[in-house]
Amino acid sequence: MSNPVVTDAVVEVRDLQVAYGVDAPPVLEAVNLTVGRGDMTCIVGGSGCGKSTLLKSVIGLVPPRSGEVRLLGEPIHGLIETERDALLMRVGVMFQYGAMLGSMTVGENVGLPLQMHTDADAGLVDDVVAVWLERVGLSGAADKLPSELSGGMRKRAALARAMALEPEILFCDEPGAGLDPITGAGIDHLLLSLNERQGTAVVVVTHELLSIERLDGRLVMLDDGRVVFDGTAREARENERDDLHLFFNPG
Amino acid sequence: MELTPVDTDGRLRISGPCTVATAPGSTDLARHLLRDTAHNRITIDLSGLTHLDTVGAIWLRRLSALAAENDRELQLGDVPESLADFAATIRLASVSGPPADPQLKPGLLDRLGERAYEGVKAVMSFLYLASDLTWASVSALVDRKGVRPGTFVEQAIRVGADGLSIVAVILFLLGGVSTLQAAAQLRQFGANVLVADLLAIGITRELGPLMTAIMVAGRSGSAFAAEIATMKFTEEVDALRTMAIDPLRLVAVPKMWAMLLTVPLLTVLANFIGLAGGTLTGVLSLDISPSTFINRVQNALLLKDILTGLVKSVSFAWIITVVSVFRGLRFRGGAAGVGEATTSSVVTAIFAIIVLDLTWGMLFYLR
Repeated sequence: MSNPVVTDAVVEVRDLQVAYGVDAPPVLEAVNLTVGRGDMTCIVGGSGCGKSTLLKSVIGLVPPRSGEVRLLGEPIHGLIETERDALLMRVGVMFQYGAMLGSMTVGENVGLPLQMHTDADAGLVDDVVAVWLERVGLSGAADKLPSELSGGMRKRAALARAMALEPEILFCDEPGAGLDPITGAGIDHLLLSLNERQGTAVVVVTHELLSIERLDGRLVMLDDGRVVFDGTAREARENERDDLHLFFNPG
Repeated sequence: MELTPVDTDGRLRISGPCTVATAPGSTDLARHLLRDTAHNRITIDLSGLTHLDTVGAIWLRRLSALAAENDRELQLGDVPESLADFAATIRLASVSGPPADPQLKPGLLDRLGERAYEGVKAVMSFLYLASDLTWASVSALVDRKGVRPGTFVEQAIRVGADGLSIVAVILFLLGGVSTLQAAAQLRQFGANVLVADLLAIGITRELGPLMTAIMVAGRSGSAFAAEIATMKFTEEVDALRTMAIDPLRLVAVPKMWAMLLTVPLLTVLANFIGLAGGTLTGVLSLDISPSTFINRVQNALLLKDILTGLVKSVSFAWIITVVSVFRGLRFRGGAAGVGEATTSSVVTAIFAIIVLDLTWGMLFYLR
């Protein structure tokens, strides 16, 4: 297993152990991971291996039992509320099913971070929302409710919302899950574009081979709560490990 | 399926089809055969099996447990070659021998302790949330950051204006019922005219605030809990946290403001409507003139009664909001969890309202 040297780290995970409950067995055990500025990283593994838990712990939603998580250099689980909020404003998260607020329109959802964290007036917020919706291919959807959108459109809207504050790092939980191949590819191309054009570090949790191939970034494989591979997608494909071989050749 | 009693070599023979149709009905026979033998080590001879399905294979695996009931050790023999592949998929061979020690189940004291610990944790969480939400509601009056403009008015309309008609109808009918019940008792003493006094005090001190709060808890408190629970289910609450937006400020504070404003207003209205219902019933059925009835109501009413009713209604609005937000945020599970959050929100809120009502009653009227 190769361990890439990362000089300017945006995510540093050291010996992370996470469990849901005091006596519960750990979901993650001694996970170590570093993501560099501008990296494209895919966290892969089978269902239940701890991918989403790792993501939630990195963004501060699930506290660790032991170990440390540093996000953009700050220990996210050790910060007071105001410090954590300031840190999270530099981070974007796209949830598996979009997590759009159902009581607000798509435009209000996308504009919410700007409205809450900047002094932008309503006109500026509307313009920024329009630009982001256009970039994700949802022009004209600003006045619709999330419930009026398809699954793929909701995810694209969620991506626009996650990017509204121009974060330095974007986390995506299963961006292609439940989408047809064409829509899934569209989301991947958006992520690639954000990574390449804006230099946003992108961390994608996925188990979809096609998506991994398209994103063609660094690959971190989890199995049973541990990192079992950390390298490039090509190295992973050429690796002799049974689990990697099975993952890339499920047939 | 045929079971042959254990022979002199300690072999129990099972032959024929061991399937969902035959195996479950043979459990008692197997138990008897495993018990009524002098052998402590028994081998199950499966060479005569003709068919095996999933239920049949699992039934065979469970024979080890049946043997252990009588301190017998059991060894499963090989199945015929034609069934070997299938038996391997159920891992039939791997369970021969004595069954694994059953895991110790927690005893009564363990379970009581666990429930008590969970209860204390829930109370602590409730108190934390109550203080956080109260502080957020007060501080947001000065610093509006995190509160979306317009949501307070939207919530106030949902709680107040939309709930007005049902509160009015219920209190009107309740005023009438109170008058009739009071008259039935007072008539025996020739004191019909005191019905108006009783109605005025009963409605303003108790029925107005209490019934309004119970209806708001059922109508709006449940809606709050369902909305927040659904937001947790769809990860909206998590999404807000990752956007550095406090869910309490964005979602709960406008609800708290709306409740604190509209519940007392609804209570004032409920008082008027309740008195109107009682007055109309009194005038129509008790042979008391409208002017006499209204005069007695005016004389019986004290400012203190109206004010205590309003103080109560403010506290009821507070507790309904805190309980419904708490129940919504404690949501666990799927669609059923949303229903559970909604139901428990209403039940807990009504319980809390009545406890608060009793507390206020003791503070205001106990001498």
